Amino acid sequence: MITSEIAAPYDEVLSDAKHRFPEVFHPGLHKRICRVAGWVLFVAWVAFCLFRMEPSIPCLWQGIGRLGWLFQFLFPPSHGGYLAEFSYALLETVSMAFLGTFLACIAAVPLGFLGARNVIGNPGVHFGVRRFFDFIRGIDTLIWALVFINVVGLGPFAGVMAIAAGDMGMLAKLFAEAIENMDAHQAEGVLSTGAKRVQVICFGILPQILPVLLSNALYFFESNTRSATILGVVGAGGIGMQLADRIRINNWDEVSFIVGMILVTVAAIDWLSRVIRMRVIKNPEYRF
Amino acid sequence: MLFSIWPHTWTLRTTGERKFCPPLLTRKTDVEKAYSSLVLSKRRKGIVFGLLFAGALAGSLLVSEVDPNKLLKGLPGLFDYGLRAAPVLHMKSLSKDLEGWYWGLGHWLSLLLDTFCIGFMATLLGTAGALFLCFPASRNLMDQFPIYCLSRRLMEIERSVPDLVYALIFVFAFGLGPIPGVLAIAIHSMGALGKLFSEVNENIDLSPVEGVRAAGGNWFQVIRYAVIPQVLPNFASYALLRLEINVRSAAIVGFVGAGGIGQELFFVIRQFVYTDVSAIVLLLIVTVSLMDMTCERLRHLLIGKELR
Repeated sequence: MITSEIAAPYDEVLSDAKHRFPEVFHPGLHKRICRVAGWVLFVAWVAFCLFRMEPSIPCLWQGIGRLGWLFQFLFPPSHGGYLAEFSYALLETVSMAFLGTFLACIAAVPLGFLGARNVIGNPGVHFGVRRFFDFIRGIDTLIWALVFINVVGLGPFAGVMAIAAGDMGMLAKLFAEAIENMDAHQAEGVLSTGAKRVQVICFGILPQILPVLLSNALYFFESNTRSATILGVVGAGGIGMQLADRIRINNWDEVSFIVGMILVTVAAIDWLSRVIRMRVIKNPEYRF
Repeated sequence: MLFSIWPHTWTLRTTGERKFCPPLLTRKTDVEKAYSSLVLSKRRKGIVFGLLFAGALAGSLLVSEVDPNKLLKGLPGLFDYGLRAAPVLHMKSLSKDLEGWYWGLGHWLSLLLDTFCIGFMATLLGTAGALFLCFPASRNLMDQFPIYCLSRRLMEIERSVPDLVYALIFVFAFGLGPIPGVLAIAIHSMGALGKLFSEVNENIDLSPVEGVRAAGGNWFQVIRYAVIPQVLPNFASYALLRLEINVRSAAIVGFVGAGGIGQELFFVIRQFVYTDVSAIVLLLIVTVSLMDMTCERLRHLLIGKELR
């Protein structure tokens, strides 16, 4: 059957296909107009964007030339005798991420309870608290870093506070959702044995939410290590400060060395967090 | 619980052979022994984890120069910052106060449009680059291992370096303005999108691919007529998701001099113009969340089309 179809003359197959799927070969007028209008709008918008950005060709060429020029200085990477300093800065970065995530988690627990519909029933309060979370996580970590530099001064402490503030909203939201989605039977079971309210929270609610919190905390620690590397660019401590300095003073071999160190560290943290997650959360035998 | 810790092979006393039989619950001492050893091992694990955690905490407290005095001083400072940043609005002269708060609205909106343009152009370039890289980086479409490996590694390098670092380097090369921002975000999102795209490619139905191959199509024709029609809705959805992320980053790369509203925000934060800070941040949040909502609706439309 199939062989006979293939053996049929090409024109015959084509006309058969045209007969069976006319809209593929001759799309309707409406469809064609929509397609053309879409492309015209798209091209117009791109042209508008280019017009706003005013990229001048000589400027672009010059930039590419300079990029090529500095590219040859990137290799070979060298630490220029600052290996200890870089390592310490990297340690600072990782500890900023760790402490920031830790603080954010601690703050997110009570906030999550406040934002959960089944803990606080008042819809007005619920709406207000949720919008507050949205507001906090709408502000980027780097903006928080700038604000905290104004408040507590330059240094890694500002970075810690920035990470904690930036993540608090997101973690609190996730945590509130976890509380809303939990199974009420477990809490009822604990309640039926005559437990007090605190005991219901400790033995009925927290065991259900802790795995969610822990796995999210690990994810956030991972992503915070990435964002902590750039917090230093605005002066909040860590490896980013060294990186921005080296770029400013044109030491490109050290720049590439620092970038390499960052990549290795981030990969190592990813691996570590994956191992911990596998051990603690994915393991069905493990109970809190 | 009890059965899971119990050894299922049991030596029969009478014949001495090992054979599966259910545990004898009457042998209480064994139950207790197993239980207590389980509890002990769990407690040991808990102590080890706790000690490691406490060590990491103490170390990081030391390294990041956390000082309770600073914190105690800092928290009221933050509160004070919030108070200063909050606009003074009276019910009587609300419109006038709002006008005073948003005195530079026209200028800021134009900068915001710049930021959106940067994010859009970066997404466009990044998507184009990712389209170029994702097909060689899919295991099922590329049988030349070196090319596969090369494109994968290239994407990894592109996405592991934060866009702010690229922006710093490009600002050095191209000078201040939106161009370095576009290029920096484009390169980062090329890596991130390329990975997602190639994952989509690896999950396609291969029978159209075989069909085009059987009809004598070359590699490019296979991609064009067998792969792209399958993956396009997913690609578009990921690109829209990336647009949201990129507009946020476009506001951030402005901090290092790459144009847009970020540059202005950096300036007013550094100059302690408190009410301007709150005005711009609020404007930014509103814009970003409006865009998030639009993109989400569009994405659902695209994916719904695919499902139907």
